[in-house]
Amino acid sequence: MATPSLTAPNVVVAKAVSKRFGERLVVDQLELQVPAQACFGLLGPNGAGKTTTLRMIYGVTRATSGTIRVFGMDIDRHLRSVRSRLGVTLQQNVLIESLSPKENLRVFGRYHLLREPELSRRAEELIEFLDLRSHANVPVRQLSGGFQRRLAIALSLMNRPELLILDEPTTGLDPAVRLVLWSRIRELRAAGTTVLITTHYMDEAQRLCDTVAIVSSGKVIDAGAPAELIAGRLAPETVELDCTPEEEAALLDGFGGTNRRLRIGRRLMLYVDDESGLIERIRGYDRGDRRSVIVRPTNLEDVFLALTGASLEGGS
Amino acid sequence: MSVSAPYAIAVWRRNAAMYRRTWKWNILPNFFEPVFYLFSIGIGVGAYVSEMGGMSYIAFLAPGLVCVATMNGASFEVTYNIYVRLIFEKAYDAMLTTPIEPDDVLAGEVLWAITRASIYGGCFFVVLALFGLAPLPSSLWVLLVIPLTGLLFAAIGIVFSLRIPNIDLFSFYFTLFLTPLFLFSDVFFPLEERLAAPWLWVAEALPLLHPVRLARASFSGEFSPVVVGDLCYILGASIILLSLARRSVRQRLTN
Repeated sequence: MATPSLTAPNVVVAKAVSKRFGERLVVDQLELQVPAQACFGLLGPNGAGKTTTLRMIYGVTRATSGTIRVFGMDIDRHLRSVRSRLGVTLQQNVLIESLSPKENLRVFGRYHLLREPELSRRAEELIEFLDLRSHANVPVRQLSGGFQRRLAIALSLMNRPELLILDEPTTGLDPAVRLVLWSRIRELRAAGTTVLITTHYMDEAQRLCDTVAIVSSGKVIDAGAPAELIAGRLAPETVELDCTPEEEAALLDGFGGTNRRLRIGRRLMLYVDDESGLIERIRGYDRGDRRSVIVRPTNLEDVFLALTGASLEGGS
Repeated sequence: MSVSAPYAIAVWRRNAAMYRRTWKWNILPNFFEPVFYLFSIGIGVGAYVSEMGGMSYIAFLAPGLVCVATMNGASFEVTYNIYVRLIFEKAYDAMLTTPIEPDDVLAGEVLWAITRASIYGGCFFVVLALFGLAPLPSSLWVLLVIPLTGLLFAAIGIVFSLRIPNIDLFSFYFTLFLTPLFLFSDVFFPLEERLAAPWLWVAEALPLLHPVRLARASFSGEFSPVVVGDLCYILGASIILLSLARRSVRQRLTN
């Protein structure tokens, strides 16, 4: 605390946080630091404890042990003041279906005690910002899923939050809507909002997040910038092919060019700094009967699988 | 954490905003149901009853039915409607991402249930007045009894709603609790003329009895000291039940 820092202070600091529901340990000694004005991703499979972690950060779930400070304040003791400065988009849209987007925004704004003229002004700004104008006065139940999701995000922005928490913001949305949402999230971040996002879409995390923490069984198993995680855990290039374990053994016998590989069923992924030697080797092994081989940049999905999913073996 | 009035009002305003959209459709059944009872039993059955409690049967029936309409209004609100907001609409999950606390949710919902109940009871009272069945001005006292009845049945219903595991149990609440109250709380016949003394003491436990007695006193303009007991029952029971509800609402909304 005493050491002066050149970077902005952390908006969320979780220390040794655990949460137990009965016998089940959902969050296990979790450590988390969300830097101000950054986009921070909490990644993990379903059931990893992401939503519980978020709920503890905005104070609806109480940690069994450990401390959580948001904006430098203990969440248990300063609940109302912390919540007045943050916005949360829940995994499931919570909208009043019989009311229009404009009316929903006004109802939600009152939860933050906004009054006229600010209430109407803010609703109008968000209708503009999230492209809700075309159906601003139509009952929500008539709107598409993408429109409803944009409205749900607009609701959580009514109080101009310093910290925006998004729980799986783009799950189930079509690609065009996802792109729009990503660009809005980037704009918010550029304007100084700290964004804390959970997702199991690794491409989303890689595109949006400055820092990610990979969570599995309630623990942070790795954290850092996406590119650093990829470089540190695997290698920049990935070569993907289908083969049996026997073929794999024969193919890679005595090959020193790969340091990591991952198998899921018949699919083998090899992580290399330079793919050319490996491709040559595969072609040589296949002779005339060339199998399909994909070469692509390694992404967070690979890191995620390596850390949580399939077995990852060290190279020969 | 204690309740904060501005946040409770924000919760109330959510429900009011929804109701503004639908009141035209909602208010009609509220209006007609007690009117049907009044005509069927009051005029139909009443034709065979020369008098009850020293007045015509329909005049005897009128004040009790005001309380029944109010009880039903509050009860629907804090059972089915709260359950829908809690489980299906997840409205409270969204509220708890803002500075609103579980106590504010409870206070806002109770206020809203009183409002809905007062709309039910108030509409029926207007009907009675139009038919000349509400002696004015003394029966205007019932306009104070209506919100108190709403409070009592909001408190009872909310405790029940927060403690049941599924929505099917509401039919028990209506058929095994509210219906007998409706039938045995001095609405249709004077209990003290039909029950032996020891049973009258047992009947004092019935929550609807007390509002009905207050309404009857309002209509007759004769307030005996018993009304103090009725008021104490309504306020005391509401306070006890709402303090139980405070704990339940926190348990249901946070963990």
